[in-house]
Amino acid sequence: MTHNERVWPGDDATRLPYWIYSDPDIYQREMSRIFRGSIWAYAAIEAEIPEPGDFRVTRIGDRSVIVIRDEHGVIRAFVNRCAHRGVKLCRQQRGNTRFFVCPYHQWSYDAQGRLKGVPFIKGVKQMGGMPDDFRREDHGLPTLAVTVRNGVVFVSFHESPPPFPEYLGETNLRYFDRVFDGRKLRLLGYSRQLIPGNWKLMFENIKDPYHASLLHVFLVTFGLFRADQKSQVRMDATGMHALLISQRGEAGKSTDTADISNLREDFTLEDPRLLDPVREYSDDATVVMQTIWPNLIVQQQSNTLALRQLQPRGPESFELHWTFFGYEDDDETMTRRRLRQANLMSSAGLVSADDSEVIKLAQDGTREHPKDAGVLLMGGRDTEDVPHMVTEAAIRAFYVRYREVMEL
Amino acid sequence: MSAAIDVATQHELEQLHSRYAALLDDGPLAQWPELFTEECLYLLIPRDNHDLDLPLAIMRCESRGMLRDRVRAVEQTVMHEPRYLRHHITNATAVWADGELHGVAHYSVLEVLPDALPRVLSCGRYVDRVVRCDDGRLRYAERRCIYDSVLVPNTIVYPV
Ligand SMILES: [Fe+2]
Repeated sequence: MTHNERVWPGDDATRLPYWIYSDPDIYQREMSRIFRGSIWAYAAIEAEIPEPGDFRVTRIGDRSVIVIRDEHGVIRAFVNRCAHRGVKLCRQQRGNTRFFVCPYHQWSYDAQGRLKGVPFIKGVKQMGGMPDDFRREDHGLPTLAVTVRNGVVFVSFHESPPPFPEYLGETNLRYFDRVFDGRKLRLLGYSRQLIPGNWKLMFENIKDPYHASLLHVFLVTFGLFRADQKSQVRMDATGMHALLISQRGEAGKSTDTADISNLREDFTLEDPRLLDPVREYSDDATVVMQTIWPNLIVQQQSNTLALRQLQPRGPESFELHWTFFGYEDDDETMTRRRLRQANLMSSAGLVSADDSEVIKLAQDGTREHPKDAGVLLMGGRDTEDVPHMVTEAAIRAFYVRYREVMEL
Repeated sequence: MSAAIDVATQHELEQLHSRYAALLDDGPLAQWPELFTEECLYLLIPRDNHDLDLPLAIMRCESRGMLRDRVRAVEQTVMHEPRYLRHHITNATAVWADGELHGVAHYSVLEVLPDALPRVLSCGRYVDRVVRCDDGRLRYAERRCIYDSVLVPNTIVYPV
């Protein structure tokens, strides 16, 4: 679409034009303004790289980034691309190393991304070699800013992102620290899926409690998330981040589930160990879904804890990279409970499967009508915190911020 | 100590795998749990997790009851596009050890969505413990589906 054809109806976020999900120019603008803007992007947890030299490759926006613990124990991040000819430097997803050596001409970099070795730098038999003014220190790997909060590593392409607590804001920081309370984390495993939809659809989905009590028949059937439960939707001052907080209620039918056409009242589990949640935090919230701009969802769904990282792969698809974890002081029973409840989540999840399927359908539907727009009026027009879940306020708040950052 | 299996047992094992594929691909899905023992373990594990010794499986059923729960949840609660699946199970081998068959087989699952070309939904290997039950039949006491295709194309609705 040309610039002139891209019209955003109205000056708020109660209408969402469909071109935001498939336009390549918009996507490029998101990569530079959002993913390389003044933000903190989730990269890894410390438990993945406990020892000096441990590294992991991740993606921030659509760029491959190496996150490594250097020989002094400091976590560093740099671009995964040789400074010489642009070759992808590291082909492993993870490992332990002191040097990264480019396969093409064997330029080598240390754990701080500094260029250390250039073969034939002085030439061979007085022939060839680099010019006299070639300085290795001019050809290191572009580095990213790094901040670590209670075991969680965030990075930024921006040179001066705000301090992390300021970035999250008071309420969102408090809930972040509720899960990441300083206890050491135990990595339980990964799950990766490539979802054929725009990355923002995932954020919308998690900021949307309205759908959860309708689409997710499994959740509703077992009383894990319902419209009539005590719940709140809370944002930070900018609208970038949001929290959906809810308390588990009763299973089965109630007056407020009358609108849910496909509730399975008669469904009981033959092996109830699948759902055997225990309270583990000091408050009563059984579901807290936190969306952190621009690439992270922190999930507490009963006792499954997961970080979902969004890795855009062009306007019409993204990888959803799940990292499941517990705490180092979990006993065997708790770990097993977390692993069983993981049946609800990720690409084969009894709940999450609904979401990845519906995101594909949203992409399929909007792609064909880029000049049309969707409606975001549930709960009104505003973007204020509310003590219920019959609202799309958090999606509106996200898009108000989005329009500012994107100048749309 | 492990011991080679005879041709008849090999045949029987392959019949079990074929039955498994047929029930998942053509149904009835409700009969699929009957190929497992009561106390079975069924895991669908990304190869990364397996190689790194991480316990997370994206499907974890720790009994036949949990398999049945999974089947009913898929059939009654999960919203998904209709799809055709086709399992291809090859290279089945096994040895006897401690009165059980310890087997490995390769698999791939082709998926056809309504409006798309066929694609590989999942590929990897099954690592099995198969036992002979009182009724004389072989059943899976344990099946670990370890998938190489760690980046899953969207959604895995049905068991692999
Ligand atoms: Fe959902």
